Amino acid sequence: MKIKSPKDFWSGLMFIVTGLFFLIWAVIHYNMGTAVRMGPAYFPVLLGGLLAALGLIIFISAFALQGPKVPQFHFRPLILISVGCVLYGYLMKPLGLIVATAALVFVSAFGGHEFKWREVVILYAILMLFSWLVFVRGLTLPFPMCPDFVANCPIR
Amino acid sequence: MEILSNLWLGFQVAVSPINLFYCLIGVLLGTLIGVLPGIGPIATIAMLLPITFNLNPVAALIMLAGIYYGAQYGGSTTAILVNIPGESSSVVTCLDGYQMARQGRAGPALAVAALGSFFAGCAATLIIAVAAPPLAEVALKFGPSEYFSLMVFGLIAATVLAHGSLIKAIAMVVFGLLLGIVGTDVNSGVLRFAFNIPELSDGIGFVIVAMGMFGTAEIVANLELKGDREIFTKKVTNLWPTKDDFMRSWPAVLRGTALGSFLGILPGGGALLASFGAYTLEKKVSRHPEQFGKGAIEGVAGPESANNAGAQTSFIPMLTLGIPSNAVMALMIGALMIQGIAPGPQVMNEKPQLFWGLIASMWVGNLMLVVLNLPLIGMWVKLLTVPYRYLYPSILVFMAIGVFSLSNNAFDVLIMAVFGIVGYVCVKLECEPAPMILGFILGPLMEENLRRAMLLSRGDPTVFLTKPISAGFIIAATILLIVVALPAIRKKREEVFVEEA
Repeated sequence: MKIKSPKDFWSGLMFIVTGLFFLIWAVIHYNMGTAVRMGPAYFPVLLGGLLAALGLIIFISAFALQGPKVPQFHFRPLILISVGCVLYGYLMKPLGLIVATAALVFVSAFGGHEFKWREVVILYAILMLFSWLVFVRGLTLPFPMCPDFVANCPIR
Repeated sequence: MEILSNLWLGFQVAVSPINLFYCLIGVLLGTLIGVLPGIGPIATIAMLLPITFNLNPVAALIMLAGIYYGAQYGGSTTAILVNIPGESSSVVTCLDGYQMARQGRAGPALAVAALGSFFAGCAATLIIAVAAPPLAEVALKFGPSEYFSLMVFGLIAATVLAHGSLIKAIAMVVFGLLLGIVGTDVNSGVLRFAFNIPELSDGIGFVIVAMGMFGTAEIVANLELKGDREIFTKKVTNLWPTKDDFMRSWPAVLRGTALGSFLGILPGGGALLASFGAYTLEKKVSRHPEQFGKGAIEGVAGPESANNAGAQTSFIPMLTLGIPSNAVMALMIGALMIQGIAPGPQVMNEKPQLFWGLIASMWVGNLMLVVLNLPLIGMWVKLLTVPYRYLYPSILVFMAIGVFSLSNNAFDVLIMAVFGIVGYVCVKLECEPAPMILGFILGPLMEENLRRAMLLSRGDPTVFLTKPISAGFIIAATILLIVVALPAIRKKREEVFVEEA
């Protein structure tokens, strides 16, 4: 058996695994109930089974029908942008908006094709000022500006 | 003349200073993101949803709606001037619009696009005003089984009309439905698929998923494309079309408006389908089909009218049935839910100000677009010269702020990043994220209606086929599936045969 359509092969596999996961997890942990009084497991089991079945069809068709290759993954922008976002979220509470925004802007800028310190610093300054004026002052979102350990934050 | 009094009420709401202000913001933002490739109305609306928390529902919806139809205007500008479709719905405008610009007729192309869009916008506003009330009337009589079948039909139709593999689109819908289940089960109070994470007890935030799938995933996909965009800003002179242009355009505008309005109402329809359909139609009915692709003004007038009409009439199923016909409408439903309004046929009677205000604001917004955009074209084109390396960190900052502010929780940002990765993988595997979003928003509703229908029928699943309206939806969905599956099979077979021969 040769895989003729790699895109279908992998997406079929993805759907089968996801569907089976929801199905099995629901069967183990929740009550099925009956068709009249459906328990919390009923709908997920139905859908999980359906998803796995659809995945299986796609998976099998990958061996029968010719299809395009999976295009190359570009891990650098994917990882740096995801990491930048996560850093922003988890740095906000302890270190404040100024540090969190810096982490997001600089890390994600590394994911691009070219990185020029001067440009990114200016971009960061503009975005920081904008966030502060519009979101903190204007829309009064309760973001901390300074890190936790700074007792009297000069910027609010 | 109930419609007139209703529209009068709507205009009173729409022209109040605060609503005018948000309408202006909406259409300006819409045009802006329409001009910029790489960020579309879905990501923008998702980004702004958290901010609408603090607005009143009318202003929030007016602004978000303005973004959607405003984007159709902006998309055509860049398509004509620089051959870049700022929006996927203006891809076909590139074909003839850009050729016209090369022949020194950018002005007439832009004017026809704007005026055609304006006409389509006015017509679509009227269509919504006329068609929505009777539809809502019918929908009020729907029971759980009818609703369930309607949702099945809506989801199937949405996948059928979407491009790409049908079966993958359906699988994505089911995937979305499953994700919609995460959280507390309303009937039993059981926590489902929460994995002991307290943040998941209310389910995964719709906005967060949409931002990940359409925002971060799209940025990563854009960063793969190397090379800078070639920009040349020629001065646009002589905006006014000639008499011949007028004579050739107006029938195209009429046809485009009619087709676009119709395609917009269908589930899965909207601006994208409308513009492609209109271009094909114009080419078919034209006496000079050989001119298409070489600067035929009908090729600009038809699709541009159609995409605007389609963008607006796609509000009809959302407003009257509470069923989203495309991903943008799913976000609108999200916006309503954030405001504590359950979408459905009752909205029109319970919140006439919201309903008619929104409709009237579309007409006002279209007027603003025509008045503002023609003089501002130079500015929009200049914006295109901003390199993407400045744009995407800015977009990310706004997305991160928006998501974090939802509940001041870092976990939400993490979920966004996770769905960014999921979205990227899906794009690579040619699985469309839009059907997933539709499924995600309909998941809880579908389960609830399925439960009620089965309870009422004492567990007899044939209820969906014995009730006439419900059976009609199921039959329509089945026919759609069969019709679309047939040529797909044939085409695939042909491909295989070619390979083997």
